[in-house]
Amino acid sequence: MVRKSRVGLSVLAIVISLIWLFPVYWMLNSAFLSSITLESFTPTFLPLGGSWRNFVNAMDDGTFYSALGMSVAITLIVVFFCILFAFLAALAISRFKFRGRKSFILAVLLIQMLPAEALFLAQYKMMSSLGLLNSIVGVSIIYTAAVVPFTIWMLRGFVAGVPADLEEAAMVDGLSRFQAFMRITFPLLAPGLVASGVYAFLQAWNEFTVALILLPAEDSQTLPLWLRGFVQASATRATDWGEVMAASTLVAVPVIVFFLIVQGRMTAGLVSGAVKG
Amino acid sequence: MSSPVMSPKRATQSEESLKAAARALRSKRRARLTPYWLITAAIAIILVGTGYPTVWQLVTSTQKYGLAQQFGAVADFVGLENYTTLLTDAQFWQVVGRSLAFCAIVAGVTLALGLAFALLMNAVGKAVRLILQISMLLAWAMPIVAAMTVWTWLFDTRRGVVNYLLDKVPGVDMYRFDWFASPWTFFLMAGIIVTWMSVPFVAFSIYAGLTQVSEEILEAAALDGASSRQRLRLIILPMIKPVISIVMLLQVIWDLRVFAQIKILQDAGANGSQYDLLGTYIYKVGTGAQDFGSAAAASVIVLLLTIAISWWYVRKLMKEDV
Repeated sequence: MVRKSRVGLSVLAIVISLIWLFPVYWMLNSAFLSSITLESFTPTFLPLGGSWRNFVNAMDDGTFYSALGMSVAITLIVVFFCILFAFLAALAISRFKFRGRKSFILAVLLIQMLPAEALFLAQYKMMSSLGLLNSIVGVSIIYTAAVVPFTIWMLRGFVAGVPADLEEAAMVDGLSRFQAFMRITFPLLAPGLVASGVYAFLQAWNEFTVALILLPAEDSQTLPLWLRGFVQASATRATDWGEVMAASTLVAVPVIVFFLIVQGRMTAGLVSGAVKG
Repeated sequence: MSSPVMSPKRATQSEESLKAAARALRSKRRARLTPYWLITAAIAIILVGTGYPTVWQLVTSTQKYGLAQQFGAVADFVGLENYTTLLTDAQFWQVVGRSLAFCAIVAGVTLALGLAFALLMNAVGKAVRLILQISMLLAWAMPIVAAMTVWTWLFDTRRGVVNYLLDKVPGVDMYRFDWFASPWTFFLMAGIIVTWMSVPFVAFSIYAGLTQVSEEILEAAALDGASSRQRLRLIILPMIKPVISIVMLLQVIWDLRVFAQIKILQDAGANGSQYDLLGTYIYKVGTGAQDFGSAAAASVIVLLLTIAISWWYVRKLMKEDV
């Protein structure tokens, strides 16, 4: 009886997996097929006889490399500053008792609830008056501000997870507080730092709304904007879905690879924050 | 130790200890300031990137801020006029109602599926669990614009797989069905897509919560004769309640302000006002009509809605010790 229901559940789980996987598979599949094959109402379910031509065409599109450059630069800046700022703040709230600590934690939580979509006009006005439209700096400031609260929330769980006793023991053995921290706690925090770094990476790499508003010029687009432009340009002719799917794949694959590598730690971090909250 | 010979040394000792005390006091004062230094950078960037725009939004929502002001004219203070105009506008209420309905349905379905999938991950063997997790991960990791592009391809009128597969069902005629033609099918499509994107996060978070439920308690309950349904209802669900409530809150907030998904779908072929939710509505008022005052007022209303929805959670959190 028990075994039978377990087989049923396994089948169900696999059917669900296939459904959830299908769009991703379909993107890859279509990316390898020619526009003539994709023209028919009856779909081709396997990329047999496919080619890399769509990818070559998508990358040949004049602005791909500049968009790639923008995305990489912005992402690196955001990841670096998010981790740095969030790490310091997480340290403060999980290692020190101070007046205003609780308000700070609540503020961090509340800021995550601010609808970014309700702020973009103000952000546009601010950046245009500072002359930071179409610049890496402007977008990076907004992204960092948007991502830091959640990274603090995540890292706080990790810092709290390393017992302060360990540090104190090291201090009894003659290390300064700073040394104790760097030698004992910091290495144990590595997974947490990786997890929050990945979170920041994903947010910065995938972000669309703020980029749409703050980066109107064609030569300062990030990859998501480039992909949108590519789709629209293709739609003025009859959309070449093969090329469009190849373009989507180019934007998605780095993220997917990265995500698969570090996922486990990320959800663990997320939940340790939530459960302790 | 108490011999008189030791007394000079004792004096230096007390001097030493005095110095040490002073040093300790200084470092204590420094230590008291340390946490403030540590949070300075985070606070500064949040004030610049989020704080200032929020305040600007509040101020602008009380001004007449249109095209002329874009080119430097002084914005007149109009009090709550922008709000009263909005709140007496039937079209705005339609958008609010549509957004709330969309949010409630999508967040509800997402949460139910996420919980079900998390329980499923917990119930099946290791290999099957891995398959399910990897497929969820891939869906989760897809950049939003790439995912939306794929979905518009899947729902394509002439060559989309969705129409093809549904058309195969006996008695269903979906040949060249246009999903963008009516708001109902448009939002059904949007709902399916948003659910597909959001379920993995919910499933993983709840699953991670489930792994913290102790095996021993469950075994003890089983020995005491609790059925598996009772164990779920009386032990597992109460224990993962904190995770569920924060995931639910985040989901509701995210679904209330969906913008990118709706915007990209609109770009793909449906631009009328009956296809708007709050995010795209504000975008159109702000960028299309250049009426920043009304757009800011609408943003503030979204903000208030969000606060109203999350109020119970925040209050609960304030009472608890964090």
